[in-house]
Amino acid sequence: MKHFARRLKVNDNINTDYVISGRYKFKIQDPKELAGHIFEDIDPGFAARIKEGDILIAGDNFGCGSSREQAPQALKMAGFSAVVAKNFARIFYRNAFNIGLLVVECNTDFIDDGDELEIDAVSGKIQNKSKGLLLDIKPVPPVMKKLLEDGGVVEHFKKYGGFKFE
Amino acid sequence: MGKTISEKILSDHSDKDLKAGDVAVCDVDFCFGQDGTSSIIIDSFNKLGVDKAFDKSKFYMVIDHSAPSPNIGVSAIHKKMRSFARSLNVGMYDIGCGVCHQLVPQNGHVTCGDLVLGADSHTCTYGAINVFSTGVGSTDLAVTLACGKNWFRVPETIKVIVNGKLPKGVYSKDIILSIVKDIGSNGATYKAVEFYGEAITSLSVDARLTISNMAVEIGAKVGLMEADTKVLKWVAQKGSKREPKPVHADIDARYIAVKTYDVSKLKPQVAKPHAVDNVSDVDKLSDVKIDQAFLGTCTNGRLEDLVAAARILKGRTIFPGMKFMIAPASKEIYIEAMKEGIIETFVKSGSTVLAPGCGPCVGTHNGVLADGEAAISTANRNFKGRMGNPNSFIYLASPATVAASALTGRITDPREFKNRL
Repeated sequence: MKHFARRLKVNDNINTDYVISGRYKFKIQDPKELAGHIFEDIDPGFAARIKEGDILIAGDNFGCGSSREQAPQALKMAGFSAVVAKNFARIFYRNAFNIGLLVVECNTDFIDDGDELEIDAVSGKIQNKSKGLLLDIKPVPPVMKKLLEDGGVVEHFKKYGGFKFE
Repeated sequence: MGKTISEKILSDHSDKDLKAGDVAVCDVDFCFGQDGTSSIIIDSFNKLGVDKAFDKSKFYMVIDHSAPSPNIGVSAIHKKMRSFARSLNVGMYDIGCGVCHQLVPQNGHVTCGDLVLGADSHTCTYGAINVFSTGVGSTDLAVTLACGKNWFRVPETIKVIVNGKLPKGVYSKDIILSIVKDIGSNGATYKAVEFYGEAITSLSVDARLTISNMAVEIGAKVGLMEADTKVLKWVAQKGSKREPKPVHADIDARYIAVKTYDVSKLKPQVAKPHAVDNVSDVDKLSDVKIDQAFLGTCTNGRLEDLVAAARILKGRTIFPGMKFMIAPASKEIYIEAMKEGIIETFVKSGSTVLAPGCGPCVGTHNGVLADGEAAISTANRNFKGRMGNPNSFIYLASPATVAASALTGRITDPREFKNRL
């Protein structure tokens, strides 16, 4: 599958209210239905342009604000295969790994909307095929790597009957 | 090398001697969810293959974000929460009880030295009573509900020293807004903050909670303060089941940054749309017209907040066409405010007193703005659309500034009512 970069009109400090508004998250429980409303308040029509496997690109402090897990869930259900940002807010970062959504930190100044990307989390590189660039990913902490390998924290817990990182 | 408060509390809750940067699995003293996050807690818990809480006295669910329910979708979530609470025989604060971040400390669920997780980003509030408390997502919380543990990366700490005597008409909300302005919404991401200084220790415990509450608005994991005699007296009155274990930082603890402020000349502060760190002095905004005001939330819905607003409102009526919503942060605060005549002052002024809860802050109900309208609120977030309409504008300020603005219909310096402060 080919993966293409998708950029929003806003770059930095995209909070989880912007990912999925409280207008929807309190009353809609179906993640697929929620996915149709992502980024509605800051970039109307964005959700309709997402294709399965796309990679969301952002700047600093992606996912700040509310702890709502509906945010990474809705991004996953919308079809995003990963989120790449310069850095992430703490709770969103944990939530994404917990539910098995790949999030990586990288200098996103070299990625434009529509660029074809290939993420290699093992070697720690993003290949920007459209620009012929190889971008470094900030190493994923070992705990996060383990959670991702196990398919999220629920599967990790079921496998070990608790936490096991050593 | 000495240790910070975070390093000490996390070490005390694990089998390791931890320092910043370490990752460890720690025992959690208390955890909870609210009605925006509990539905996924329940779904995730049910996937874990566990059928009971690790300790049924150490988990609560709180209905506060939409209380009472404004629509069928939310009603279904509330029903699901009540049914789950019955099946696990765990505690629940139903509609009318109040806001989770008021109930958790007020009702003695946490005490000094505790490690606490909440499925709500403002769980950092209890840092003011020397608790390492932080927000997590629903699935993280579900795992803790099952096993009483979670994994933590020990944060580096920024030391914030706040000196000076706070001028009349300027409050703890103004202090934290000025700090958010300086540090920025990404300035403390994944870090802990420790607050010190005479401007902090001279505050009441309730006023300190306002400061720790907004630590997450600079990205911090927790906003800690030391347990002084005021805090120890406060937690003793709340009757925690556990003995408080006050934790102090060592004199040679390592901080990644030290920030010093002086508040002796601080003016009332206002965060402008659409970012919490977009802060300005109140007197620069006197031309801004206001259509709605909101007093309440986990930031500023406590008794002294209601008292500050009532002093300004007493014997007056709000501006023509103004909508002023007031939600006490808990049932107990509501009752106290009734006894003191504060509720009568509010109702006579033309304000609308709501059930304890925090709906207007998240735009679920009880005062959604129309296109083009502006609100001034004591809450902690003014993101576009936060109060339910992306085509509206939200300003954040102290209870006194909000009450003063409700009277005049524009953003107003509460010091204009100087004999009422």
